[in-house]
Amino acid sequence: MGGMLILRKLLRALLTLWIVVTLTFVVLRSSGDPAIVILGTDATPQMIAQFHHAWGLDRPLPVQYASYIAHILHGDFGDSFLDGRPALTVVAERLPNSLELASLGFVLMLAIGIPAGVFAALHRGRMLDRLVVTGAVLGHSVPSFFLAILLILLLSVRWHVLPSGGADSPSAIIMPAITIAAGGAGVIARFTRAAMLDALRQPFVRAMLARGMDWPRTIRAHVMPNAAIPTLTMIGFLLGGLVAGSIITETVFAWPGIGRLIITSVARRDLAVVQCIVLLIATTMVLANLTVDLLYVLLDPRMRGAAKEDR
Amino acid sequence: MSASAFTMPAARAVPPLLSVIGLTIRFHTPEGVVDAVSGVDLEVRPGEMLGLVGESGSGKSASCLAIMGLQDPRAEISGDLRFQGSAIQADAAGLRGRSIGMIFQEPRASLDPVRRIGSQLREVLALHRPDLDARAALAEAAGLLRRVGLPAPERQLAAYPHEISGGMAQRVAIALAIASGPKLLLADEPTTALDVTVQAQVLELLARLRDETGMAVVLVTHDLGIVAQYADRVVVMRRGRVVEQAPVHELFARPAHDYTRQLLAALPRSEAAAADHAPAPQLPQPLLRVDGLTRHFAQRRAMFRRPTAALRAVDGVSFTIAAGETLAVVGESGCGKSTIALMVAGLLGMTSGKIGFAGHDLGAMAPKQRRILRRELQIVLQDPGEALDPRLSVFTQVEEALLIHRIGGASAQRRETVVRTLAAVGLDSWVLDRRPHEISGGQRQRVSLARALVLQPRMLVLDEPTSALDVSIQAQVIELLGRLQRERNLAYLFISHDLRLVSRVADRVAVVYLGRIVETADTARLFAAPRHPYTQALLSAVPEPDPEQRGRARILLPGEPPSPAAIITGCRFRQRCAIARPVCAVEDPQLAAPPDGAGEQVACHVVQGRS
Repeated sequence: MGGMLILRKLLRALLTLWIVVTLTFVVLRSSGDPAIVILGTDATPQMIAQFHHAWGLDRPLPVQYASYIAHILHGDFGDSFLDGRPALTVVAERLPNSLELASLGFVLMLAIGIPAGVFAALHRGRMLDRLVVTGAVLGHSVPSFFLAILLILLLSVRWHVLPSGGADSPSAIIMPAITIAAGGAGVIARFTRAAMLDALRQPFVRAMLARGMDWPRTIRAHVMPNAAIPTLTMIGFLLGGLVAGSIITETVFAWPGIGRLIITSVARRDLAVVQCIVLLIATTMVLANLTVDLLYVLLDPRMRGAAKEDR
Repeated sequence: MSASAFTMPAARAVPPLLSVIGLTIRFHTPEGVVDAVSGVDLEVRPGEMLGLVGESGSGKSASCLAIMGLQDPRAEISGDLRFQGSAIQADAAGLRGRSIGMIFQEPRASLDPVRRIGSQLREVLALHRPDLDARAALAEAAGLLRRVGLPAPERQLAAYPHEISGGMAQRVAIALAIASGPKLLLADEPTTALDVTVQAQVLELLARLRDETGMAVVLVTHDLGIVAQYADRVVVMRRGRVVEQAPVHELFARPAHDYTRQLLAALPRSEAAAADHAPAPQLPQPLLRVDGLTRHFAQRRAMFRRPTAALRAVDGVSFTIAAGETLAVVGESGCGKSTIALMVAGLLGMTSGKIGFAGHDLGAMAPKQRRILRRELQIVLQDPGEALDPRLSVFTQVEEALLIHRIGGASAQRRETVVRTLAAVGLDSWVLDRRPHEISGGQRQRVSLARALVLQPRMLVLDEPTSALDVSIQAQVIELLGRLQRERNLAYLFISHDLRLVSRVADRVAVVYLGRIVETADTARLFAAPRHPYTQALLSAVPEPDPEQRGRARILLPGEPPSPAAIITGCRFRQRCAIARPVCAVEDPQLAAPPDGAGEQVACHVVQGRS
């Protein structure tokens, strides 16, 4: 049964990716001619036709689409219009930077959000709870570019403790990571708090105490595992949006990741690179969702039953 | 009113296991100080089964939680609580789960949904029996499940709470509570969420464990029948106070307090009441004729999966009801009785079958005509709290029925109709502008009734109309239903799981098991001489509110009703049947009059004389 379930989820994930690829293809091909952007406005029709021919853009759209899909299936994402290198190579150069930033941001997000939420729930209604909730609302309601600028103003311009951008020193990652983590940490804290409160209200909590279990153990062994289930969904959601969400942060901090790459590539109509990045982002989202679905089944035995009985 | 003359001299010699003196549970609310429990005195002696009865809000559960030290954190507790002579408050955490165990009303909810049964048992064993190593703990866990009568304990250890039935979950909860060998078990409405045949099993289990281990049991319940059958002594609570306590035989024979007398008077007793019913005259033309009613639910199909067998919720049910007659459909949860109610009321489509009402086939009628006819066939649902819209006033909700059917004339006329209908169900015009949460549960059910009656129906489908209500309120609603029936010659299709209630209201009874009627008979006949083995077990499982009938032999059905999705060949009941024959495994018995019958119809090969 489990294998069947995974197979179904995988098929669904592939379907999602195919839809994304198709949509980006259609949108990008119908939103302006890359030849004009790359060759400049004073290019002769001849030059443009030549460019189109060289890149295969003069073929009918369905043919272009078919060949594009066929190439993708062979791991070939096309070449960059700008320097002729394979798009994948261009993206792969920047990817490690982005992954580094996103993982640090993600870890920070969890390390702040989960304990804060658990803590707030256990001190419900008291000062500390209100403090956490207020902080959480601030965290996810302050726009990331604003937080980024604020951090630069304070830590770089005024106190000179951290570099304002680039990736030249090891400490350069700190501010962008904080910026990425802030919003997610707020959401996770609030979600964890709500899930904990919900689990605390379950009759089994009182029953555990009635069986002689102490409060810390009841929380640790029963309340937290139950609260983890809904929290996980939210975390998966955030994980999926991490790479896409870092585009603005990377731009503000001049972080050499794929976030910045996609901005410049879109501006220059570098179709192959844009498509490659969009597909990459979509894949991370789909993978994150897939992981959550599978973890869900692992954490919640009722889901296993549901998968079995189709309800 | 207090603890006065309840102790017998002989009993006084034994020091009480638990003594509670002047227990008060106080809440400080914005509206002022509220005492949920005030000045409760009670004691529990070693090895006794104490019945703690009262209606909802009487403070019986709150008192138990206070004994465990598990009260609402906002509550202020005062009073002298002693366990074996020493103050409980000093060491509530030390006693809890060790010397005093507790089980709750919702058995499944009292288990952690994401942990296996075995893991939860081992966890509790690790707390109380640290001497056991992993292997011994596993064996002990299985042993505990065996002691509470779970079949195949080794297999159950690997199950999750959602995979077992409510009755099994309560057995597991009991196993968890007795793991430490407590001297006192507080059982808070342990069988209220369970079916009557399962209730009998769980109560027998508690009585057996009490006998085996000598632990005392406090049985908290609203059901005087349970108290009469199982308790040694009874404490009656009302509005946070103890109004009476007495040995069980004395309490039932000579109730001292008015409230106790009221409670006892409100109780429908099966046999006495059933005798009141004369068999209804068979009218040539029944008002409702249901023929071969069937409802299958397709099990949902997901992408890339093959469809599974349909769930047969109702599988070929036929009956008739005449004007002015009450037919009760009884059965345990999941038997399909509510599905029948919904189909008759037109709220759920049928898979096959025919519903004839007032001589018309409802299925074959044009929608517009059917709508007019439907006006005369109304339904009243179980929980008035859920059936009424919390945001709308009583008047708006009753008037709405008139508006939907575009009858009732002008605004002033409609208002008059609504007021008159509310008066008919015993409600003054002060309720008109109230919202559902501002009136009591009994009043809400009257509003539900008024909403149906305002359309001048000829028939009401009553789906468990009183099971959300307290006993004394229940009696009033039943009386009202009786009066309305006589005044308006209403036909009732009365759906219920409560056999005592049914014996009081019904002219005829249809007993349903797994989507089929297994027996139907006049009420008096059914209760005096049940024929189908399932009916016999069902009746036998009802705890009679009379302690003098304790000796009565009980038929305990093994197991629980199988899922309606299960496919059983032959008779659906045969796996739990004590008199099953070879033919029962092969042939599906049809409802028919047995050769020696007196009007009843029974779907049983043995009763019909086949071997």
